Amino acid sequence: MGVGIEVINLNAWYGTNHSLQDINLNIPGNQATALIGPSGCGKSTFVRCLNRMHETNPIARVTGTVRIGDVDIYADAKPVEIRRRVGMVFQRPNPFPTMSIYDNVAAGLKLNGYSNRRALDEIVEKSLRNSALWDEVKDDLRKKSGASLSGGQQQRLCIARALAVDPEVLLMDEPASALDPVSTSKIEDLIFQLKSQYTIVIVTHNMQQAARVAEKTGFFLNGRMVEFDSTHKIFTNPSDKRTEDYITGRFG
Amino acid sequence: MSSAPFALRSKLRTLADHGATAVAIFSTVLVIAPLVAIFIYLVYKGASSLNLDFFIKVPKPVGEAGGGMANAIVGSGILLGLASLIGVPIGIGGGIYLSEFGRGTKLANAVRFTADVLNGVPSIVMGIAAYSLVVVPMHHFSAFSGGVALGIMMIPTVCRTTEEMLLMVPNVVREAALGLGVPNWRSVMAITVKTASPGIITGCMLAFARVAGETAPLIFTAFGNSFWSTGLNQPIAALPLQIWVYAISPYDDWHRLAWAGALVLIILIVLAVSLVRYVTSRGVLKGAS
Repeated sequence: MGVGIEVINLNAWYGTNHSLQDINLNIPGNQATALIGPSGCGKSTFVRCLNRMHETNPIARVTGTVRIGDVDIYADAKPVEIRRRVGMVFQRPNPFPTMSIYDNVAAGLKLNGYSNRRALDEIVEKSLRNSALWDEVKDDLRKKSGASLSGGQQQRLCIARALAVDPEVLLMDEPASALDPVSTSKIEDLIFQLKSQYTIVIVTHNMQQAARVAEKTGFFLNGRMVEFDSTHKIFTNPSDKRTEDYITGRFG
Repeated sequence: MSSAPFALRSKLRTLADHGATAVAIFSTVLVIAPLVAIFIYLVYKGASSLNLDFFIKVPKPVGEAGGGMANAIVGSGILLGLASLIGVPIGIGGGIYLSEFGRGTKLANAVRFTADVLNGVPSIVMGIAAYSLVVVPMHHFSAFSGGVALGIMMIPTVCRTTEEMLLMVPNVVREAALGLGVPNWRSVMAITVKTASPGIITGCMLAFARVAGETAPLIFTAFGNSFWSTGLNQPIAALPLQIWVYAISPYDDWHRLAWAGALVLIILIVLAVSLVRYVTSRGVLKGAS
């Protein structure tokens, strides 16, 4: 089941660039939350702070508190443990190029030492069904490489791979920005189904997408969160002038 | 009205296109020609002296006809096996450190610089190094010291190609593994290195082929041996050494054997490289480019 995320006074830097400043918000569990804003506003950095991927960059630094469920992820846990609970789907589909479809989905479990074959078979099938890819790949699970799929299929494969480790939160960093409209709508349908089981945080450039899939939306600008409210409110009656300017297309 | 200059331009473009293709083909021929020429010449000079005896007999004393290079073929195999045991793991380990763990650190820069310098050190100097490191303390020449000399020569090539190949693995692949909660070392070994493995294997093969023909570092390490010997503690024969000894001798019979030896050396290198490529390419999935 998805859990809520509480962010308190989060600051992040890349070198001397203060890319996130004093972020405070509560992301509700079992819902989709969209983060919008112009390029470079810090929204990708923000989601990367939620599974401690930000710090994999040697010049990156972070301060503040992020609580996922009841775990303070910067104080109480190791990055590796956090990333198992908080799955991530990246902007460009990134299946492991040398692995079959099956091994791609099973990778997270296998590389963590899980080796029960029958259970793996079940988890792979379940994850691929959950990511709406099963029917398209079930005959070539071990024959084809993950890299041989189309872009949209690859992205759903990456979602299946993230689901296979059974996370509570799923972070999606512009998951559809490299995909065509048909694949995009499949991903959106998927988000709709998945949010009953997971907490989903999705970064998007596409405001219609945010409006379609998310209950809550946050607007980021220049490393700060300008406004966070229900999606309906943000898109129909934002309280901040800058949010209104952005969603009406006056900048960004 | 504008069709006339357009047609002219189109013709010029076609011409330039053909010109560029011709230059490319010509360059390719230039690259391949020496290899083909050497191979044809070796076959012409050496093939007639190749017979079963060459592969199963040891050299005959001066003045007696016949004999073969069985001991040198096996000796080269032992030396190269030993060299690979030393050079491949150390080289790959160093390359992994440079690309995955030490990026940007002072130690990594020092290692990279050392590897580049080592790559440029003349092979005879490597022989002297192995001589003073291994032969002097052991008080005699040995197969082991020859393997050490060749192994040290393999390290920089393997190390630097491993690093280059790992750097070509897109960062998104590393992030995908880390994002699944896989520990970093495990992600490096199971994902990054595996993704780069075809290139890493090519690097190892390059290093292998390069030292397979080395003579200078063996002169005062492996030393050569006219008799059958496979002990690591004893001087051992090697194809390049034997070719060298025979080639500078005054006997026609030995000259012919030297040509045959050179031909066999090249064929064995090609066979070894092809075999490794074949074995390691099996099980790689289609479409995994």
